[in-house]
Amino acid sequence: MSDYPILSIVTFLPLIGALFVLLIRGEEANVARNSRWVALWTSGFTFVASLMLWVNFDSTTADFQFVEKADWMPGLNISYHMGVDGISMLFVLLATFLTPICILSAWEAIQKRVKEYMIAFLILETMMVGMFSALDGLLFYLFFEGVLIPMFIIIGVWGGQRRVYAAFKLFLYTLLGSVLMLVALLAMYFEAGTTDIPTLMAHGFSYNMQLWLWLAFFASFAVKVPMWPVHTWLPDAHVEAPTAGSVILAGVLLKMGGYGFLRFSLPMMPLASETFAPLVFTLSIVAIIYTSLVALAQQDMKKLIAYSSVAHMGIVTIGAFTFNQHGIEGSIFQMLSHGVVSGALFLCVGVVYDRMHTREIDAYGGLVHRMPGYAVIFMFFTMASVGLPGTGGFVGEILALLGAFEANTWVAFFAATGLILGAAYALYLYRRIVFGALTKENLKSILDMSPREWLIFAPLVIIVLWMGVYPVSFLDIMHVSVEHLVNQVETAQAAAAQAAQLAAN
Amino acid sequence: MGVSMLNLGAALPEIFMAVSALALLMLGVFAGKDKAFRTVSWLAVAAQIVALVLVVLGDGGVAFYGQFTADAFAKFTKVMILIGSSIGIVMAMNYAERENMSRFEFPILILLATLGMMAMVSATDMLSLYLGLELQSLALYVIAAIRRDTVRATESGLKYFVLGSIASGMLLYGMSMVYGFTGSTNFAVLGDVISAGGLSVGTLVGLAFMFAGLCFKVSAVPFHMWTPDVYEGAPTPVTAFFAVAPKIAGLALFVRVAVGPFAGVVEDWQQIIVLVSILSMAWGSFAALRQDNIKRLMAYSSIGHVGFALVGLAAGTSEGVQGILVYLGIYLVMNLGTFAVILSMRRNDRMVEEITDLAGLAKTKPLMAAVTAILMFSMAGIPPLAGFFGKFYVFKAAVDAGLVTLAVIGLVTSVVSAYYYLRIIKVMYFDEPVEAFDKNGTEMNVIMAVATVILLAFVFFPNPLMDSAGVAATALLGQ
Repeated sequence: MSDYPILSIVTFLPLIGALFVLLIRGEEANVARNSRWVALWTSGFTFVASLMLWVNFDSTTADFQFVEKADWMPGLNISYHMGVDGISMLFVLLATFLTPICILSAWEAIQKRVKEYMIAFLILETMMVGMFSALDGLLFYLFFEGVLIPMFIIIGVWGGQRRVYAAFKLFLYTLLGSVLMLVALLAMYFEAGTTDIPTLMAHGFSYNMQLWLWLAFFASFAVKVPMWPVHTWLPDAHVEAPTAGSVILAGVLLKMGGYGFLRFSLPMMPLASETFAPLVFTLSIVAIIYTSLVALAQQDMKKLIAYSSVAHMGIVTIGAFTFNQHGIEGSIFQMLSHGVVSGALFLCVGVVYDRMHTREIDAYGGLVHRMPGYAVIFMFFTMASVGLPGTGGFVGEILALLGAFEANTWVAFFAATGLILGAAYALYLYRRIVFGALTKENLKSILDMSPREWLIFAPLVIIVLWMGVYPVSFLDIMHVSVEHLVNQVETAQAAAAQAAQLAAN
Repeated sequence: MGVSMLNLGAALPEIFMAVSALALLMLGVFAGKDKAFRTVSWLAVAAQIVALVLVVLGDGGVAFYGQFTADAFAKFTKVMILIGSSIGIVMAMNYAERENMSRFEFPILILLATLGMMAMVSATDMLSLYLGLELQSLALYVIAAIRRDTVRATESGLKYFVLGSIASGMLLYGMSMVYGFTGSTNFAVLGDVISAGGLSVGTLVGLAFMFAGLCFKVSAVPFHMWTPDVYEGAPTPVTAFFAVAPKIAGLALFVRVAVGPFAGVVEDWQQIIVLVSILSMAWGSFAALRQDNIKRLMAYSSIGHVGFALVGLAAGTSEGVQGILVYLGIYLVMNLGTFAVILSMRRNDRMVEEITDLAGLAKTKPLMAAVTAILMFSMAGIPPLAGFFGKFYVFKAAVDAGLVTLAVIGLVTSVVSAYYYLRIIKVMYFDEPVEAFDKNGTEMNVIMAVATVILLAFVFFPNPLMDSAGVAATALLGQ
């Protein structure tokens, strides 16, 4: 099995599907129907193909697996280099898992320009998977930036009232961060003579250079995560994006930032990471507390969940910069579970939005009387978001906090405060929408979830429970890779400390 | 093959071009003037294709007693120039017949201008440089004003002529200074003298004047003022031609002068180029933000692109030159594609050129909108489209040469410029449609399709362009 270029297949299969969708011609209704089915089959098949990665994955080694290497620009020593390790493999699965769900969720919600919508999503999937499996800096950058093109179109064409503003903000914010990363990549290339990620990890840049490189990468990843104070694009983008766009945005695109920290900042710039860790902690804590408070005051369901994403990603960044096993594993786990849970929450919003076409919290209330099934599902994911034991959210948070506690008690303290606030705004939201008397006239005829919607939520529920009840099946995969990463960082930091001591003597 | 030989063989493509231009002029005059417009146009295209073949097959060499060289650098740029100007003629044909502009002199003037460009990118002496440049410029002045019955076109032609002449004057003045202080006009001799004796003050002044003249020709800030007016005023196919071939030729000439005779004193002129490049990138980005006319927008966009290309020159290395050449190759494709779109903006038999006229194109003409979107994303330098790689190579050269600040400034301005390219996409995709455009000409569809395919496929096959640009850069600078 390992003879097949599985990673390339998983990466480019959606692109081929997009080409097929492009070729669909005929009457509008037929085109729409066929595009939906082609997109669903393609993404479904991609997911199955990506499961082969999991089946054949060897979790006893920290080396990159399923490696493919081909000449791309031999003159510049830049190659098409793909591969995954225990850290990135799960993100690839996350992307391939969420895409079919997104396509399914848009089945009825998207009625205009269905063909273009499906093409955009399939291209987006290629970019996301490629980004998580790229082992060359330039290739990584290509996919990292390429995501913007379909995302811009998705928000701009199928978004809400202020979609143009949101699309531009998303695009320009991210682009500004990314170009600085490009400069850093060029500087690394100049220093090491290659953009090959494994080579760069082993290169060992000087402390001074690490500082600059770290800041440049930080500019890009912090916007993407997003960290306070560069998070302002996220609420806008979420509110205006169509449901599936929000799902992908929260589910996968935000993880690109966190993944970037683990793939670039930590292993390549360990000393600078240590230096800047307090900065990351501070910003993350501010993010957790501040955005949780802001979330409490929101009138718009999507905006509330968007702010909660910023808070949750704060836990992720704290975990990543603890430099210990627990923290980093918690950080990765939190990203995965947040990817599923926040995606599911946006889908929950989508369910009622498709019926009532408003996201105002005040427009709802008492839904439990008409939609008991929906109330159960929404409750389940609200709890998962809060971090109820038994759901995926709990495992990630507890691990990350454990790691933070090992690194710095105060950081853990403040981060844990955020969790309480998190419970407050999530339950507050739930109460206002689902409980209470059903007084609003137009809600009295609202229908419970359709079979299609149940079908969308079923896999999400299963995964969240699985992650919560038996997290080992996920932790095992990342364990060795994270251990390797921690060693790498600690060795570099210890060596630097020793050198400093020698110099002092 | 010594320097002191006539060696006409090396200049065969140029000689062929000159002869065919004259022959076509005769044909035009005797075959009934403007009735022969289409025939003359196609023959001019054919002549350029033949010249292209001659350039590609030619084995190079030095001609005219060391005044002219047909090296790999000249070959590379001539290929781009010939592609640009032959497609320029093709794009102009239908337009000219519809808009009462079908004068048979038009393709012939383009031929002569192209000949001038070919001569100037091959020049290894200030005299041949000036000769080529002036042949080009004079032809271009006339082309700009080819619609002499409209006020805007004549105004733009006149403006271009007056300002262009001043620039030529500065260039000539600078060359005379350089000659006076070094005693030669030949690039090789100049190179030796300057490398050995350093830059005297007189030569430095001459250098500054020469660079100012060249900046004008490539429309780099602060010598760019003519560009928006000429772009807007000239008939659209003429603008398309102006945006491509003369730009490429001008930049190639700039490179040849800078890293040729002045290769030994890179530090002395580097700061000029850095400044000009930053100004061009910034002004090209910021001034374009408020443009509503798409031709004017393209003028500012081209100013910005020149700034980006100059980043490669600022590096002053072989790698930088390679970067410029790759950049220009991609620039050529993007601009031809974009102008094919602009030339297809016709509604009820009239050309329209406001950005708002594109509103809702995604609904009325989805394929053309998709093509335009790809072109714009590429112009903005978003990967994985080709435009990104153009920027990547020049900025890589700049970082390698230690010009990190320049790279950072350049990339930040590219974010600003992304805004106005995105605006076009926004208008096409997010806004409600207005009345549909007329049916596109076949030639426009073909050009758009080819350009799109190249921009999309470049990421998979970057090597042919890169390698030949590398060979060209090596020919100029050595390894």
